[in-house]
Amino acid sequence: MSARIPIILLALLCGGAAIAAQQVYAPQSSKASWSTIERGRYLARASDCESCHTAQGGKPWAGGRPVPTPFGIVYSMNITPDRDTGIGAWSGEDFYLAMHQGIDREGKRLYPAFPYPWYTHMARGDVDAIKAYLDTLSPVRQVDRQPELHWPFSMRSMLAIWDKLYLHPDRFEPDPKHSAQWNRGAYLVQGAGHCGACHTDKNFLGAADPKHPMQGGFAEHVFAPNLGAGERDGLGGWSERDIAQYLGTGSNAHATAAGPMAEVVQQSTQYLTQDDLHAVAVYLKGLEGPEDSQPRTPDQDTMNEGRALYVDDCAGCHMDDGKGLANTFPPLRESSAIQAAQPQLLIAVILQGAKSPATRAKPTGLTMPAFADKLDDAQTAALVSYIRNEWGNRADAVSRSSVAKLRHTLAGSPQ
Amino acid sequence: MAKKLPEVEVVLVGFGWTASIIAQELTDAGMQVLALERGGWRDTVPDFSVTHIQDELRYAVRKEIFEQTRRQTLTFRNRVDQLALPMRQLGSFLPASGVGGAGVHWNGQNWRFLPTDFVIRTQTEQRYGKKMIPDDMTIQDWGVTYDELEPYYDKFEYLCGISGQAGNIGGQIQPGGNPFEGPRKRGYPLPPLKRSAATVLFDKAAREVGLHPFPAPAANTSEPYLNPLGVQMGQCTYCGYCEWFGCANYSKASPQSTILPVLLKKPNFSFRTHCAVTRVNTDGTGKRATGVTYVDQDGKEFDQPARMVVLCAFAHHNVHLLLVSKIGTPYDPASGQGVVGRNYAYQLSSSVNITCKDLLNPFMGAGALGQVVDDFNGDNFDHTGKGFIAGGYIALWNTGGRPILQEYLPKGSPKWGSGWKKAVHEDYLYSTHMQCHGAVMSYRDNYLDLDPTWKDEYGNPLLRLTFTFGQNEHAMSKFLTDQATRIAQAIPNRGINSKPREGDYSIVPYQTTHNTGGAAMGNDPRTSFVNRYLQSWDVPNLWVMGSTVFPQNAGYNPTGTVGALAFWAAAAMKRYVRDPQPLVQV
Repeated sequence: MSARIPIILLALLCGGAAIAAQQVYAPQSSKASWSTIERGRYLARASDCESCHTAQGGKPWAGGRPVPTPFGIVYSMNITPDRDTGIGAWSGEDFYLAMHQGIDREGKRLYPAFPYPWYTHMARGDVDAIKAYLDTLSPVRQVDRQPELHWPFSMRSMLAIWDKLYLHPDRFEPDPKHSAQWNRGAYLVQGAGHCGACHTDKNFLGAADPKHPMQGGFAEHVFAPNLGAGERDGLGGWSERDIAQYLGTGSNAHATAAGPMAEVVQQSTQYLTQDDLHAVAVYLKGLEGPEDSQPRTPDQDTMNEGRALYVDDCAGCHMDDGKGLANTFPPLRESSAIQAAQPQLLIAVILQGAKSPATRAKPTGLTMPAFADKLDDAQTAALVSYIRNEWGNRADAVSRSSVAKLRHTLAGSPQ
Repeated sequence: MAKKLPEVEVVLVGFGWTASIIAQELTDAGMQVLALERGGWRDTVPDFSVTHIQDELRYAVRKEIFEQTRRQTLTFRNRVDQLALPMRQLGSFLPASGVGGAGVHWNGQNWRFLPTDFVIRTQTEQRYGKKMIPDDMTIQDWGVTYDELEPYYDKFEYLCGISGQAGNIGGQIQPGGNPFEGPRKRGYPLPPLKRSAATVLFDKAAREVGLHPFPAPAANTSEPYLNPLGVQMGQCTYCGYCEWFGCANYSKASPQSTILPVLLKKPNFSFRTHCAVTRVNTDGTGKRATGVTYVDQDGKEFDQPARMVVLCAFAHHNVHLLLVSKIGTPYDPASGQGVVGRNYAYQLSSSVNITCKDLLNPFMGAGALGQVVDDFNGDNFDHTGKGFIAGGYIALWNTGGRPILQEYLPKGSPKWGSGWKKAVHEDYLYSTHMQCHGAVMSYRDNYLDLDPTWKDEYGNPLLRLTFTFGQNEHAMSKFLTDQATRIAQAIPNRGINSKPREGDYSIVPYQTTHNTGGAAMGNDPRTSFVNRYLQSWDVPNLWVMGSTVFPQNAGYNPTGTVGALAFWAAAAMKRYVRDPQPLVQV
């Protein structure tokens, strides 16, 4: 008798889940199974689709979010299943062609602000699952906005050349020399996660440098730090657990996600399973870092000015010793993001402030205020130079003009 | 004609501390909750940012984050035979406007009331005889006991990350804590704040005169804190900008820094700002609330139906809303009948300024950084022959040393000019003051009703406050001020300036925002508007939160008890929802 109760309960629970699922996925009559749709939802999050495909204040998944690139602004597409303005009329084949080769249903080439050079590595089954999930969303009628690019990048025909040069459409092949865990991590990082879209350096045409993957690159005006080895400016000092905790919750003992990465954690990586987070960590820990360079450190006057500003404006939270406060405000000491090869992220955080990701594990979303109105370019440069070279930190000094340039860019940014 | 909106399960009037607690608890229980706030949205960043919040002129002098009297105010008089006039500028008390309510701008002085406070009439009559209570003093037992509230005090303290030293854990007196406090289940979540020079002097002096000083329980975090909801708080920086300011460092407990990050993500919670509730609506029987009417920023009127209404506004406004909605019997001082507006009370504070011989650096402070003695609070001492009941605490608060309003200069110092500059130069760093924070009893002639003359912007009569201090309060205040002076004399000093509060209550100088009563709780519907669960006797799906329900005031700051009562009421509401009946049958 008692043994039967759990079985009945289980049946009831499963029945309940099926009903809940029907309610959630009402709009389109998808033929895909519940588990395929759930896998698609998971992979859509791992791919961080919603973040780019939702405009500020706009309807989710309906696109229209401006993506600033060095060549102008590209707007994300409506990927709701609306038949006229979204991708409701797209077949699985159409969708795969876009993900795999960057070509839309009408044969038009897509701009590589859409990270198909990474999605191209994804398995067909995974791409189909994402489409199956997207088909369950509520259709939104919203016509896509045309890109605003500088000539000659405004000519779509240029993209054929770009694709020929830089797109390598091939699926991820596991490397038998590595563990299954490493391979899973590699697949997520190189494919869905498209980490290299920001963290890999790009050439003058915006194509990723394949020889130095994940060693740092630009993302929306700021430098995404090196994810390879390196005690000073890489993940050399982070354990696998540290990496998994950072991606899963938004912060760890070393750092709190800021800038574009805060959004990535909030919208994407916090939803990854512990297994996947650790797989990503294992893969990243195997990456090489750039060669350590000899930084041009600031002079003593700059350090003195920076220290005075630090005590006034920063030490209340990040503390005099730069260690921050455990589980609250991040340390600046021995931080790889602070000592990154390029200082834009730190400058941007000081000028614009930063909201840490509000995740399921850490819901608070602690926020640093913007100091753009309080600190001028010279002060900001001194402060950044100081923070990058105090407590054993070591990195290039920052010039007043680089602060001025970024301040100008951020003020005009559509974000 | 008001536009009718879809019904919600629970509507909360106001979105401060009590609304946040009720919303968090009821949404956890699966209910759909809507909060209506007359003010705007505000959050730590950008509204209280460290880049601009320490602006005393903007926030403390010009009172930017408080209620605007040109939008809502009350009229005031000391006695029933006087003509009440509108309060056109804030003074004696500072109600908030905006999400978080006064929970944004409080100091963080977070107390439990004494076990005897909740049974004050019984206790006084038993210990001193019935004659100890004057005829016109309308004090009454609360209907709830300290022991019943203890788990809910604990809940609020752990929500807020209170820094303090327990004085009584399960009946065991703890060294360094308040030996007079009621027994608590466990200690505070955080250790006490660091002491300032002035509080160290107070501690030593108080011990020398035979008293029992202890660090005040503070809703300013002494260490980083993770509360039970998973919300992170920073560590107090002792900047000294707590009271009348929002906290820039996530270190003063407020709805924003403890509950809202979790609450606002819930699909079954929503809130609307700039919505001033003007009526609680009832059905034809008058026994059931059907929702509220509110006016938005554009002057549009809406009818928001709800199955349950909870008044979570400031003490005055809850009473005002009941009166204009014609719910409950208005109090009549002539006959002593009626309950709405009855038993209004306040706080009686006095001070002793000290110019010390030691350097104090008073600018390093925190809102609830203080050393306190509770020897003369409540019924902690024998009142026989003293000519008064109740009492208060004596504290040396080091809330800060702001340049405009927080200079405690020696008696006779000029108020301006070169003489003032000289006094500031010589004495500011050496000056401090003690506060006597006394209880106020309720009286037959201290009450709230509707003003016959003045109206607000919605055409409703203004609330009228009739209030002054009684003989009991003056005697008590003199006694407390004398005791404080005795402590001050034990501190090496260059001068002491005792400032007892004398005469009638004045609404002009700032005193405290501890306005209480008007819809008291109790066990008798003839003398209370809500039962012991804060549920209306007359309209069982209407509840009243906050210090509005205090039958008289105690010698402490009210927030700790307001928070505990909100959790206590929320537990009762969950029972009510399963079986919607009056929780206390008459």
